[in-house]
Amino acid sequence: MARYEAVIGLEVHVELKTRSKIFCDSTTEFGGAPNTHVCPVCLGLPGVLPVVNKTVVEYAIRVALALNCQIAEFSKFDRKNYYYPDMPKNYQISQYDLPIAEHGSLEIGEGGEAKKIGITRLHMEEDTGKLVHQGTITTTPFSLVDYNRAGVPLIEIVSEPELRSPEEARRYMEKLKAIIQYTGVSDCKMEEGSLRCDANISIRPVGSGAFGTKTEIKNLNSFKALQKALAYEIERQKDVLEEGGRIVQETRTWDEGQGVTLSLRSKEYAHDYRYLPDPDLVPMVIKKDWVEDIRNSLPELPEERRNRYVREYGLPDYDAGVLTNTKELADYFEQCVTACPNPKAVSNWVMGDLTRLLNANNVEITGCPVAPGQLASLLRLIDEGTISGKIAKKVFDEMFATGKDAETVVKERGLVQISDEGAIAAVVNEVLEKNPQSVADYRAGKDRALGFLVGQVMKATRGKANPKMVNKLLKERL
Amino acid sequence: MQLFRLTAHELHGLLSNKEISAEELNKAVFDRIEAVEDKIGAYICRTKEYALERALAVDRQIKNGEKIAPLSGIPVAIKDNICTNGISTTAGSRILSGFIPPYSATVVNKLDAAGAVLTGKTNMDEFAMGSSTENSAFLTTHNPWDTGRVPGGSSGGSAAAVSAGEVICALGSDTGGSIRQPAAFCGVVGMKPTYGAVSRYGLIAFASSLDQIGPLARDVTDCALMLNVICGHDPKDSTSADFAVPDYTGFLNEDVRGLKIGVPEEFMAEGIDPGMRASVESAMTLLENLGATVEYTNLPHNKYALSAYYLIAPAEASSNLARYDGVRYGYRAAAAEDVADMFIKTRSEAFGSEVKRRIMLGTYGLSAGYYDAYYLKALKVRTLIKEDFERALEKYDLLLSPTTPTPAFRFGEKVDDPLKMYLSDICTISVNLAGIPGISLPCGFVDGMPVGLQLMGKYFDEGTLLRVAYTFEQNTDYHKRHPEI
Repeated sequence: MARYEAVIGLEVHVELKTRSKIFCDSTTEFGGAPNTHVCPVCLGLPGVLPVVNKTVVEYAIRVALALNCQIAEFSKFDRKNYYYPDMPKNYQISQYDLPIAEHGSLEIGEGGEAKKIGITRLHMEEDTGKLVHQGTITTTPFSLVDYNRAGVPLIEIVSEPELRSPEEARRYMEKLKAIIQYTGVSDCKMEEGSLRCDANISIRPVGSGAFGTKTEIKNLNSFKALQKALAYEIERQKDVLEEGGRIVQETRTWDEGQGVTLSLRSKEYAHDYRYLPDPDLVPMVIKKDWVEDIRNSLPELPEERRNRYVREYGLPDYDAGVLTNTKELADYFEQCVTACPNPKAVSNWVMGDLTRLLNANNVEITGCPVAPGQLASLLRLIDEGTISGKIAKKVFDEMFATGKDAETVVKERGLVQISDEGAIAAVVNEVLEKNPQSVADYRAGKDRALGFLVGQVMKATRGKANPKMVNKLLKERL
Repeated sequence: MQLFRLTAHELHGLLSNKEISAEELNKAVFDRIEAVEDKIGAYICRTKEYALERALAVDRQIKNGEKIAPLSGIPVAIKDNICTNGISTTAGSRILSGFIPPYSATVVNKLDAAGAVLTGKTNMDEFAMGSSTENSAFLTTHNPWDTGRVPGGSSGGSAAAVSAGEVICALGSDTGGSIRQPAAFCGVVGMKPTYGAVSRYGLIAFASSLDQIGPLARDVTDCALMLNVICGHDPKDSTSADFAVPDYTGFLNEDVRGLKIGVPEEFMAEGIDPGMRASVESAMTLLENLGATVEYTNLPHNKYALSAYYLIAPAEASSNLARYDGVRYGYRAAAAEDVADMFIKTRSEAFGSEVKRRIMLGTYGLSAGYYDAYYLKALKVRTLIKEDFERALEKYDLLLSPTTPTPAFRFGEKVDDPLKMYLSDICTISVNLAGIPGISLPCGFVDGMPVGLQLMGKYFDEGTLLRVAYTFEQNTDYHKRHPEI
């Protein structure tokens, strides 16, 4: 059996969070009663004309610069003609041969292993409306159209076919999402559709330079779906080739329920979009000064921030990578650090208990019930010896569940660490008296016995004894 | 005194001096409409109640001693492809029957602000595709000079209404001659301004890179008054130019001394009616006698203009007209099986044959594999045509030609032969391709039918065209004759 490698390229659509739509001043707000965020222009009424929203161009340039693209000096909009009832004009204003940006790249390497994925192009276009069916699209007796989304600005980012595995594809998407979020131009919410992805995939024998026939997979609504769908499609294509068959160039859709990709339409039915330059919009001349202004106003991007965390906070590269993966997590981390100057401890907590609870409760960092300042206070209590690290975990669980401050939880639960030498000494003496065998073992050179004795003291104090002090007092007496 | 026969500037004087009221004037025009509309058929829809209400408001202004603007109280008709808030707008197509726009075109708002009174929406070839108004889905418009002949098109309703006294001034749109050709056929003045001089916002698009709104009027002065109101930058139209709008009446000087006028030989060659040619030649002589230099010149690429036009305009149209699918407004076919079926039935039933022809032509020209050979090549030819004009207009202050090869033709004469019909725009089409301004004004009669003289100028130099046209008009009386109807 031949060994195959996958060739994957992604087309990613990102909704930009400008205040108004790309060619009119209707609001871009998500939701809203159907057909309330519309005007004659985005409804494509007879006689209306589009006027480009300058902020959309600025946002597109912002993302393009963050992806190391070259910004076009001359760019234009084109009409992509096809009939669909969710399109008010039956053409979509997009960009064809002169996109706003080209030739970018994105670093997806993890650890020491560097890998750069080329970005072919980035262009601007308008979103379509939405069809609402009763039941499914094939059985519905009629469909309704909501044009609220029609004209919401999108950028499409097309990668080179340089991804070689579903894991790489996922990493590319995660990195892309992080960078775009850092630039502040989109929420990148896959579940709300503000970040969407189509994948082109083919396979070929390892070592072959030629491309196999590709399929395009749509309906990839999450990172997980992307990875699973690509893994499935690779196996499906392998099976077809192994059985002596040929891959059909077609569009397939990912069926999350069945965990399979299904054929939507083959290439014979592919659209001829009959692109033409939109005569209603004048070509754009992008001034170099403007691009430089945008470049200078770019926020710190994930790579830079990661490097800074290593440099400034002395964090391991791994920690820095995880913390800067999303802007929100990094912001949380930094707010914590300003209130608690122990970056490594903060990092451990954020990457450990905090992330565990967020995942377990399916909460985003932005909705975290424990504010950065509250986590910092908890860490201060540990540093000051008020509570032990072990107790702190319990306190944190309760803080997460109730939103209470660390101090309040500690006080309410009576969890203040016992650091009174006299009080601890009394318990130590009692434990030594009750466990002569362990005392003997320790004295005979069995170090493990000390651990058992410490545990007994902690048990007797319900974990509140200062562990350092317990150690010290036990050793003195042994 | 027949008020409906006067010009806007004459009427403005009468209104200002309180010799007549705006109500009287508008009633007179509507009486005239009622008297002749059966024979002419200029209007798709009339707005009498609205007009009289507006006229009364103007009268109150006058009564209060307020100074009124030049077009205040003046009846103005608007071609039915220009959107009017709350008033049916069909573009002459069944597919837009029942469509009432929720907004007004920029030019409509401007006329409104200037006090002009809307009398109604005028008939036209469906989506402005045609040269005789025979392609209207609703009614036939007759030439007031001979009701057996077409008024020209596509702004045939506007031209006929101005000519027949059914309105004082009108707006048309011109994609390949649709203002100038009917103006010539009906013996009125019509101007296509420079592309970008007038906002297209609210003009139902036929071919966006060629369409331009412009005035039809009884004389050059009224034409200038209309331009004063409708020209200027509009932030809602990216293709509208940001330029300082002059007072166009400032160009109405009777003086052409020293002006150099070029006459492209291509516009005077074969296919031009001998009577037509004679009229233009006598116009040349007159202008020469008045002090201008007139000589023949060449536009070598003009022979490709018609071909380029019939690739570019239908390509844009095929895309512009895609939105008429029965989903959101206008006509929707009954009993469709599914969405695709509804699209197909709606468009098959409600578009006329000329519109379908152009949609197919345009779709074909943009299709994969044909784009370079047709659409792209046509764009290149367009550039050559433009350069021809630019070169000629470096040497001459303006160019002169007949507006049409022949006077108005008879009904049915060309409607079954698209190529013959397309050729009737041979003198006007390249002006749209170049984007320069062009004006048509009456320059004589051939067999009792009016013929038009076309003047073509530099970008945004409507002023020189008005100056020459005004001088010509002051030294002739063609514009003072009225059809007997």
